[in-house]
Amino acid sequence: MSSPLLLSAIWVVPLLAAFATLFLKRDDHLAVKLVHAVCHGGNLLLAISLLVSFLAETEGALPASGTVTQLHFAMDRIWIPALNIHYNVGVDGLSMLMILLTAMIIFAGVFASWGIRDRAREFFILLDLLVAGVYGTFMSFDLFALFLFYEVAVLPMYLLIGVWGTGRKEYSAMKLTLMLVAGSALLMGGILALYFGSHLQTFDLNVLSQYPFPRSFQRLFFPILFFGFGVLSAIFPFHTWSPDGHASAPTAVSMLHAGVLMKLGGYGILRVAMYVLPEGATEWFPWLILPIAVNVAYGPFVALRQRDLKYITAYSSVSHLGLVLLGLAVCTFTGIKGSAMQMISHGLLTGLFFALIGMIYGRTHTRNVDEMGGLMKRMPFLGVSFVLAGFAGLGLPGLSGFVAESTIFLGAFENPSAVVRGCTVVAILSIVTTAVYILRAANRMLHGPLPERFGTLTDAVWNERLAVIVLLIGLFGMGLFPGWIADALDGSVAPLFNNLVRAVVP
Amino acid sequence: MENAAALPFALRHVWIVLALPLLSFVLNGLWTCRKKESWSGPISTVLAGANWIFGTLCVWQWWKASAGLPGRSMVPWSFDWLTFGQLGTFRPLTAGIGALLDPISAMMVFVVATIAFFVHVYSIGYMREDPARGRFFPLLSLFAFAMLGLVLATNVFQMYVFWELVGVSSYQLIGFWYHKPSAVAASKKAFIVTRFADAFFLLGIVVLAWVVRSFDFSVLNSAAAAEALLRPVSFGFFEAPALPVAAALVFAGGWGKSAMFPLHIWLPDAMEGPTPVSSIIHSATMVVAGVFLSARMFPLFSAVPSVMGLIAFVGAFTAAFAAVVAIAQQDIKRILAFSTLSQIGYMLFALGAAAVCGGGVLVAGYSASMFHVFTHAFFKCLLFLVAGSVIHVAGNNMLSCMGGLRTKMPLTYLSALAATLAISGIPPFSGFWSKDEIVASAFQAGHPVLGTVGLLVGALTAFYMFRFFFLIFHGEARSDRSHAHEDRWMTFPIVCLAIPSLCAGILAKPLFESAFRPRLLPWVQAVEGTHAAFVPVAATLLALLGAVAAWFLYCGPKADVARALDAEHRPAWYRLVYRKFCIDEIWLFVVRRILFERVAAPIKWFDRKIVDGAMNLVGKSVVLAGWCVNALQNGSLATALAFAAGGFILVWLLAGNLFP
Repeated sequence: MSSPLLLSAIWVVPLLAAFATLFLKRDDHLAVKLVHAVCHGGNLLLAISLLVSFLAETEGALPASGTVTQLHFAMDRIWIPALNIHYNVGVDGLSMLMILLTAMIIFAGVFASWGIRDRAREFFILLDLLVAGVYGTFMSFDLFALFLFYEVAVLPMYLLIGVWGTGRKEYSAMKLTLMLVAGSALLMGGILALYFGSHLQTFDLNVLSQYPFPRSFQRLFFPILFFGFGVLSAIFPFHTWSPDGHASAPTAVSMLHAGVLMKLGGYGILRVAMYVLPEGATEWFPWLILPIAVNVAYGPFVALRQRDLKYITAYSSVSHLGLVLLGLAVCTFTGIKGSAMQMISHGLLTGLFFALIGMIYGRTHTRNVDEMGGLMKRMPFLGVSFVLAGFAGLGLPGLSGFVAESTIFLGAFENPSAVVRGCTVVAILSIVTTAVYILRAANRMLHGPLPERFGTLTDAVWNERLAVIVLLIGLFGMGLFPGWIADALDGSVAPLFNNLVRAVVP
Repeated sequence: MENAAALPFALRHVWIVLALPLLSFVLNGLWTCRKKESWSGPISTVLAGANWIFGTLCVWQWWKASAGLPGRSMVPWSFDWLTFGQLGTFRPLTAGIGALLDPISAMMVFVVATIAFFVHVYSIGYMREDPARGRFFPLLSLFAFAMLGLVLATNVFQMYVFWELVGVSSYQLIGFWYHKPSAVAASKKAFIVTRFADAFFLLGIVVLAWVVRSFDFSVLNSAAAAEALLRPVSFGFFEAPALPVAAALVFAGGWGKSAMFPLHIWLPDAMEGPTPVSSIIHSATMVVAGVFLSARMFPLFSAVPSVMGLIAFVGAFTAAFAAVVAIAQQDIKRILAFSTLSQIGYMLFALGAAAVCGGGVLVAGYSASMFHVFTHAFFKCLLFLVAGSVIHVAGNNMLSCMGGLRTKMPLTYLSALAATLAISGIPPFSGFWSKDEIVASAFQAGHPVLGTVGLLVGALTAFYMFRFFFLIFHGEARSDRSHAHEDRWMTFPIVCLAIPSLCAGILAKPLFESAFRPRLLPWVQAVEGTHAAFVPVAATLLALLGAVAAWFLYCGPKADVARALDAEHRPAWYRLVYRKFCIDEIWLFVVRRILFERVAAPIKWFDRKIVDGAMNLVGKSVVLAGWCVNALQNGSLATALAFAAGGFILVWLLAGNLFP
């Protein structure tokens, strides 16, 4: 089978898994889980093999000097002729790595949800839908298809939180969905504007990106696309759905949502907003960087005062995704590359965080760090993994976070504009508050004397270990050997960046 | 990397010096840590021993191979780790990992490998009964690995990478007994205080990289870099000349790591970790990192007298401050911790003073500083190991439980005497030679005030160290001694380290004076001072004075030991010193009352109430609007007609006005 078909298979396989699940017996949980373990495991292998052949294809390629993204494993079929909508999929380095990230997170997520008893069939079917949408978004280069996949990814969240969630789940699910759909409404408007504004009658990203939209058009529609995607990346002040949503969501949903879905925001801004409207981007970013800097600097302070582990992690995501957006907003090559790396790194580490929180909550039945203590003694595996995830979050060298953050900081400093520089300095100094809240949470939870009622807790079982180890391999793999990731991203960032520069220097 | 094949074996494979401790960490961390605790000690000690031998071999071969090289500096092994810029563009910014061997790094490799080996041996005895020793040894190896990577760094980025690893392994080791809340608090404090400084270090690196477009020390310490750094750089809020700002920011990292005032607060608390950890932190791995960084960047720093002046001032102040605080402490590890602060202060003020020397750089000051790093490592490691042994016997850190250990632990006693004499600066012990050079260089560089501070702190050092010594080993036993004995594994390293405490100074002095010369920028002049003859005499006399005073107060026939052990019923100034001038309380106030309660809490309130409140308000107003509209749809024909009519009139009026 040729690679383009294999690429499409990546998003079809989850749907097949969902379809197969329909024919299983309602209470045959084991079969449901096995089907998903096999399908998503196979998908992970498929993603790895595609990455390997991608790397082989791009090996030794000259640095891209053009302004058009080179697609690999590309497939372009006309889908709705009346509107000239295509099924146009392919990958560049960024998409390929994001697909691999998604495959890792969902694979770990299946094993982290191994213990689910309540309507497991429906739960996994919705999860499949969600992840199929994510895969599709990452590989679509037709705006219409991209938007369609994007919506498919966002909407199952409502049911997943509303049905399988905890706490104020109806409120959280409603809030999350409404805010994200408001973002989608902006996006819909923006995408239609691109379609009609260009008079090209096409949704093809690569074609639209080369069309010189008038400056006034770009000025008007860039912020619409930016905030449309930005809501999903929890941009200030539209971030409040994230803590509530995560706090109520079941483990695997939190993992997928924080790990992958929130990256769709940054990915969309880079792939659509900045790529198609470069002049709008360069004009607006010096101002949009201000709410982004608020994200970075203010998230840690809020996290400092939280007691619920999920709220702490959600606010840490607000801050870390702020760094993703900061890397984009500075409009330098290194900054954009760092931001792409931060998407991957944060996906892995926050996926791990939420997986561990779910596992720990399953034992202690509390997420309040003040009520915990000394858990390291009872569950060394989970404890050490939590500490490692924390270290990745606070940017310890050897783990993925450091590589991404240092790239963003170095890239951000290359932009000499005063506002950007000021925001960069604030962002760099905020690594201190990040360390404070992470250590505070880890110490309260894991160290100190062990409360008596936790005396009988057990450490992780095999499926949990598998989920954690997959993500830890990612964290260490990226942290210790960042070179190949950076090089793989080079070729995909270059056209996006060149397109952006062309806007500044015509 | 030039003609790497021609290099001798140890230099070609210098990465082994990093790989062995890393292997020990991985092997023990993944395997012996859970199931075979009793194996972890021997495995990591054997690997540390092998590393000591290999490290020494590397240093020896480097010494022979580097004779003709400028500054005896060579990079026998390196690779590119991460490219930040765009591949294929002109010189993209690249961070490498490698090994830079020159006098200071070779000296540090030797020191770290030696100390790490002896501390490993000692730990076998010290941790014998600890159920968690399987976790201890891998972390100790990681610590050594991180420090070796730091000193071998070829570029400032690599240095930062290992700098953070040093920080995190010290965090793990200080909080080793994590069931103790005090240990957890101390480890957190150590990590966050140093992290606070590291944030500025990182900013400094970013500034340097942006201006110079390179991380390599060979480029950063060049004239081209210094010239590039002359132009101003914007920080958004203000603009400042790049060189002093970048140098100050980079030094800030060292400020925290080397625990200079007022960021010293983490170091005395770091004694919450097992004593071997304190020993290695204070001698070789952690606190000298700041001195090493300043020495590594010395060529660039010496072009900025303002920053070097700052370093000199901070060093001298900390030296004096810590010496004063050490006088009144009751906890033996705390006395040693403050003595470390004081000695690190010496090293830094020697570096600083050397560079602020009438338009030139005093070569002797630089070499004196490095010399003190070298001698201090051995006697300070030894002192902590002694402290660990006596704590094992007395069961407690406090001086009130010590006393009269001389007869029970004769070898420890003699070794401790050697180390105490060494740190007090009494000839011919090692500390005398290096401290004498530091004080002398301060006078030569034209800083009589700094030199006098150095002399007086020398007297204080002798006083508090002999107080420590007499109250532990002399006098009456103040606790049960029936089980007192000298553990073989713990005494062996103590005795071994007594040898360098005795003779490292006199043997290594010519080496340091000839080989440890800073490489300077072309326009910075090297000054060769003349040795002030009165300094050794004055220093020795003052040190003896301090020692004799300690004898009168704590050991002599008229000594009042009970009063010496009482910190509460003393005058106010004494209690203030005992409380370490309340610096910890001030920091606690700033962090807890201001940062947590005045900054973080309002931000959280703002987020949950204002930002989220606004979102909820939008939601609620939509619901409310829906409810209003809903009320209209009540099925009554009259209401519908009324609204239709009203709407019609409204539209008619508006249309009339809008489109006349």
